[in-house]
Order: sequence, then structure tokens, then C-alpha cells
Amino acid sequence: MRRTETRGKTKDGRALPWLWGILLGVMAFSGFGQLPIFKRYYISDIPGLAWSADFYLTHRIHYVGAIVLLALAGYVAFDYLLGNRRHVRLTGSGFVRLCLLAGIVITGVFRVLKNLPDVVFSPGFTLVVDISHLGFMMAYLFAALAFLIMGRGWVEQKSF
Amino acid sequence: MDHKISRRGFLKGSLAAVGAAGAAALPLPSVARGEAQGELATLIDIRKCIGCEACVEACKEVNEHKFPRPKKPFPTMYPSRVKVSDWSDKQDVTDRLTPYNWLFIQEATVKVKGEEETLTFPRRCMHCQNPPCADLCPWGAARKLKNGITRIDSDICLGGSKCRAVCPWHIPQRQTGVGLYLDLLPSLAGNGVMYKCDRCYDRIEKGALPACIDVCPEKVQKIGPRAQIVREAHEIAKQINGYIYGEKENGGTNTIYVSPVPFEELNRAVEKGPGKPGLDPVKNSMAHADNLAKAMVIAPVAGVAAAVGKFYKTMKGISGEEAGK
Repeated sequence: MRRTETRGKTKDGRALPWLWGILLGVMAFSGFGQLPIFKRYYISDIPGLAWSADFYLTHRIHYVGAIVLLALAGYVAFDYLLGNRRHVRLTGSGFVRLCLLAGIVITGVFRVLKNLPDVVFSPGFTLVVDISHLGFMMAYLFAALAFLIMGRGWVEQKSF
Repeated sequence: MDHKISRRGFLKGSLAAVGAAGAAALPLPSVARGEAQGELATLIDIRKCIGCEACVEACKEVNEHKFPRPKKPFPTMYPSRVKVSDWSDKQDVTDRLTPYNWLFIQEATVKVKGEEETLTFPRRCMHCQNPPCADLCPWGAARKLKNGITRIDSDICLGGSKCRAVCPWHIPQRQTGVGLYLDLLPSLAGNGVMYKCDRCYDRIEKGALPACIDVCPEKVQKIGPRAQIVREAHEIAKQINGYIYGEKENGGTNTIYVSPVPFEELNRAVEKGPGKPGLDPVKNSMAHADNLAKAMVIAPVAGVAAAVGKFYKTMKGISGEEAGK
């Protein structure tokens, strides 16, 4: 199986996968923390994790994570368009992840809009947005795990 | 309170006729009708309430078809720390909020103009302008409607009670053994359905008044466009040198109380506990979301700027190398 690269060997190319991994972990944890399960399933009983049962705190963390994610998305997208696309191309697994990530971000944006004081969506649309946000995240996590086991990265070097 | 009890007996009799039901409901004032009016708010003039519980009984009667009908025995819950919440054998409880009692009369014995007096006033969901229960519900079961009502869809709610945890007044109440969770993973996820006042959204849709407002013999409550209700509340407060609660609490609610005594005093005097909310000053629970949302608009721009900066630096380095050759 041909291993693909996540990024080049530049300084940010080494840092980005780490940053992305940590960010994904934070977003997944704080996202699942929005479900009333951490207290029920003793997660918040683990020493040092009592805060995880505080819905407002995990919500705040999720929002801060989203800010970092959006900044990172802007950086990676333009870094690719301005220079990296000459050296690397998106793999099939990268494309799948990108689509799922777009689903997470788009539904997440609608969730953020919904939480603004003067924005009211219809009940049906609210339901679709809330459940699809969770669905996209679950699909992304399963896909990312599968691609990690398969050794498939986001991008691969172009051969000249 | 004696005078209240005697009045209560009288009013209970009258209520049978009045409440026969909401059928003969008074129409929503024309000013409060129409979707273009935006959010509707209720004004509760505490001075007028006699504690007769006509509103409580009308609420029960009109909303009875929405009350839970749990299936027993309840599924065994895992882990064991998850407790069932069963009010089905205590449906007559009216001195607190329950899944079968969405409105109750709270009492506070305080000094009004130097004389000790027991004030009574209806308590229920405040219908926040930016309700954390609806914002933070992970399933979209709790929603805010355009007319300012916050309601929980009992067909979708899984009864995780997050809405109660994040509500500053801990209003929604849970009934186990009913709802969607029974069809999913009843032992492992969910625990019933959360119930609370929906301000008779179905009656309002038909142009009728919420039952509690409709039957009140003392006209304690009124409903109308929020701006008008707030204006009236201030006018009354000015006239009686009184106080307002609900206008600014939790960033603003659609339930505005006017009282002749400070709400700090009422808060100290009322019995508080599960299903018995206080009257604390409440900061805007969702303020952090509003502020961080602004940062989300800037974040991608900052990312793009960093990428452009890197590109410019790289290009500058390349042209420098070429010039040096």
C-alpha cells in the first residue's frame, strides 16, 4: 500500500498534522460533551475531568476550537491554492474527509447562527442542522480512523 | 391568606364554567395577532394575583392532552446512577413544576409599605429571548418560535435533562418511560421527555389566549408585542414606584413581572428548590456564544492573511535568490 503524505517537510508541514490532531480531539471531546453523557457515564468522575460535565464550559471550548479550525481552514486552503498545489494533490481519502469536514463546518455555522439572539430557524430546519452536525462528525471520525489504519493521508506528492 | 382561600373556593366553581374550556377562549388581542408582530411577551402584575390557582387548573385542563402517559415498568437504566423520574402517580401536585404541572403559584411574605403581606404570583417558563435550553439542546427538540415561545417537542426529546441543567431557573421537568428513547437504546441513552410551559402555542396559533391568561379573574397577566409589554411594565413600575423582573434577566425574557417590592426581597422570601425557581438576578447565559461568534467571522480571514503572508515571504526569498545569482 502506497503511503501518502499529509504535508511536506516544511516547518508548518510538520506542525500542522499535530495541530490538526489536537484540534480534532478537542472538538470531538467538547462536541460529545454537548450530549448529556459525561456525567451519566462517569467521564466527569475521572480526576481532573469534573469540568467536562459543565455544558457551558464545554460549549465555550467548542466555540474556541471552531475559531481555531476556521483560521486553520483559511490558512491551509490559501496555502494550497497559492503554492502547494504545484507540488501536492488531494487524495481520494483527502477528498472524502474534506467533504465531511465541509459538512461539519456548514452545519456548525448554522448552529452558531441559531444561537444568536435574533435568529430563529424553523423547527424542521433546526432538527436537520442539529442532527446532521452530529452525523457529519461521527462519519468524519470513523473515516479518519479508517484512513489512519490504511495509511492514507490527505495529499500526495505530484510526480513530475 | 384566609381571604385567598375563600376566594379560591368561589373561583374554583366559576372556573368549571369558564374553563369548560378553552373553547370559549377569549381571542388574542388584535395587537398581539399576526406573525409580523414578532415576539410576544406576557406581563405579570404581581399586585393583582390573589393566588386562586385558576391559572394552574386551566393550564392542566387545557394541556392535559400533552401530558406524558408513561409505559410501565420502566426500562432498567444503566449505569445504576441514572434514576427514573416518575410523576405519573403524583399528577395532582400543584405546589411546584412537574411534567404534569407547568405553572404553579409561588408565595412570598414580605413587607409592602411597612406592612407584612403575602404576595402570590404565577411561575412557569420565562420564555427567554435567547433560550439556552433551545440553543444547547443537542437534538433540536427544544426550539424557540418566531413569536417568542420556547417549546420542547415531546416527540423528539430524549429526556437527557440538559435543558434543565442549562436553564437559569431549571424549569423543564422530566418524566421517565415515555418518548423516543424507548425506541432507541432505552437502557443506555435518554430517560424520558422533558416538559414545561409552551405558553399554549397551539391556542395562540388559532388566535386564542394562553389558558392561564384567559381564565384569570383578576387579569394578572396580559400578552402582547414585547416592546409594548415592556413599555407598560415600566409605566406601572413608575406609577407604583415598583420593580421589574424578566426584562434583562438572561439577556431578556418574554415574561415580565412587575412588583411593588424589590425582587431581591421576593427571592429571599420564596421557597426555592427542585421545581421551585427563584428570582435571582441572571446574567445572559449565552453572551459567550454571541461574542465568540464574532471571532468566528474574523478567524478565516486571519488564516488567509497568514497564508498570503507566507506566500509573499517565499516569493520574496525566491526573487532575492535569483537576484543574487
